[in-house]
Amino acid sequence: MSDTLHRTGAPPATRSARSFSFGALARRPEAGSFLGMVIVFIFFAIAGGANFVTLGGTASWLNVAAEIGIVALPVGLLMIAGELDISIGSVIPAASMTVAIISGYFGLPLILGVAAALALGLLVGFVNGILVIRTGVPSLIVTLGSLFAVAGLTLGLSVIITGSTGVPIQTGPIGKALLGQFIAGIFQVTILWWLVAIVVVGFLLHISRWGNWIFALGGDKVSARNEGIPIDRLIIQLFMSSGFAAAFIGISQAILYNSAQVSTGQSFIFNSIISVVIGGVLLTGGFGSVVGIVFGTITFAIVNQGIFYTGFDANWASLIIGVLLLLAVLLNNTFRKMALNYSPKKGKS
Amino acid sequence: MPAPIIELRHVNKSFGPIDVLHDISLKVDAGEVLCLLGDNGAGKSTLIKTLSGVHKPTSGIVLMDGKEVTFANPREASEMGVATVHQFGGTFPLMSVGRCFFVGREPTKKWGPLRIYDRATANEIAVKSIQGFGITRIDDGDRLVGGMSGGERQSLAIARAVHFGARLLILDEPTAALGVKQASHVLRIVLEARKRGLAVIFITHQVTHAMAVGDHFAVLIRGALAANFLKGEKTREEITDLMAGGESLANLDAEVQDVMDAEGSRASPVA
Repeated sequence: MSDTLHRTGAPPATRSARSFSFGALARRPEAGSFLGMVIVFIFFAIAGGANFVTLGGTASWLNVAAEIGIVALPVGLLMIAGELDISIGSVIPAASMTVAIISGYFGLPLILGVAAALALGLLVGFVNGILVIRTGVPSLIVTLGSLFAVAGLTLGLSVIITGSTGVPIQTGPIGKALLGQFIAGIFQVTILWWLVAIVVVGFLLHISRWGNWIFALGGDKVSARNEGIPIDRLIIQLFMSSGFAAAFIGISQAILYNSAQVSTGQSFIFNSIISVVIGGVLLTGGFGSVVGIVFGTITFAIVNQGIFYTGFDANWASLIIGVLLLLAVLLNNTFRKMALNYSPKKGKS
Repeated sequence: MPAPIIELRHVNKSFGPIDVLHDISLKVDAGEVLCLLGDNGAGKSTLIKTLSGVHKPTSGIVLMDGKEVTFANPREASEMGVATVHQFGGTFPLMSVGRCFFVGREPTKKWGPLRIYDRATANEIAVKSIQGFGITRIDDGDRLVGGMSGGERQSLAIARAVHFGARLLILDEPTAALGVKQASHVLRIVLEARKRGLAVIFITHQVTHAMAVGDHFAVLIRGALAANFLKGEKTREEITDLMAGGESLANLDAEVQDVMDAEGSRASPVA
């Protein structure tokens, strides 16, 4: 051991060069999603005409991207860890209803409603995590169960408490400023929260040692446990983070639209998974990047909104997204193989 | 003479009414390779798991450096220097060499108020350790492990165990899935580990591999130690016969012939 430590002090003989190279960029997990994003943007910039590239056009897709993006980040972490969470689809409306019922219907302070809604998201995540590690049932099934259970609870309790499936909520200037504001009249304040989330999740996944555990967990669960990684705790933390993010979006929607409905948010399930997969995350875990998830989310949002700027019927958007998803997965597979097969050329120094 | 790194004295292990290990006494010195031979179901895995803290012996004692030890869990065993390298496990194909090497024990450095993963240090130590075992082709810690050959991945796992202070290295069929050339890589690494003074328990089905590196051989049959001998005490044929369950392969030939004859005599009416 002391031998190794001693040698560490010497100048590194084998450190790889950090110089710029296209090859190194292409081997990164986000290579495919970056290409996809550029192609989709160019396509809609041409097909959508001048309006798409204006501030208004940018805001339209950026607003959508921010909402999906905040949920897509923890969903992406879970996928890298080899798990799925589709219960977000009912945590979002459940959080909306919680904040609207507490702070709107009962008129209690907004902070109480927000805290309760976030706690609800964390709780659902905690239960999901416990069920996944205790039962060994695939997380798709566990969260499918909680998706329906939470949706049923939300509907049932809302009707019992308020007698309605929609509740109005009026928030003061602080609540609006934090979660329901439009910057310059068109950019949702959610975009800023998304940026914060990108930095935080990016740090956790790529820079902290915790991120290494996530990759290890998704790569090989048994080996990760053998190496002493607390995988049970890690799984629970990840599910709680996706529940938290979903609750956050639910709250921001309620405050933005001044009302909550029991049946919003189902679209987030597929939209976030599509964004993450387009972003180069391997569905079976172990591979992916935060930058890739961000590119994937933007790509998805551009297609979703860009279609309105073209002369096409908006119904075609789903077709484009479907084809795009398949192309993205094929492209990502190609780039991943390049990364796997890469070895430095012999004799090159 | 220093005490052996690991010693088992009269170890028994049973799961409920089923005796899996029966009165096993073994020892491995520093710088010695013990080849553990035995057919499937002979109790090799149970023995390994007992040594690495997964199971506790039902009776009997385990000593390290002459002192009695009990491992509450695999983590405790690994902290005391017992490292198990499985046939495929322990390396993550889509992780970089540096990240894989330090998985669960990542080096960190200060970054403002935060502690972050120290990629440069991790890559440097990982590459040096692997190269120290003769795998000089690995010179970039950012490379993905999945791009390495099976032998190189085994080397990574062994180098990692040694780096983190392993004193007893348990190799569970490391050469089983490898080609001839890759296997010889791994055998060379086993010898390197022996040279560095580690105790090695090497589990294999291949007599050639066992004879190439083994100093000391132990054969398990139905949970009991059927033979325990030093290098040169038995011939290749005798070892092969022992591995086949203690019966001579010549006898086996005769038995197979009998079965075939019996099958042949009643084959026609079945169709």
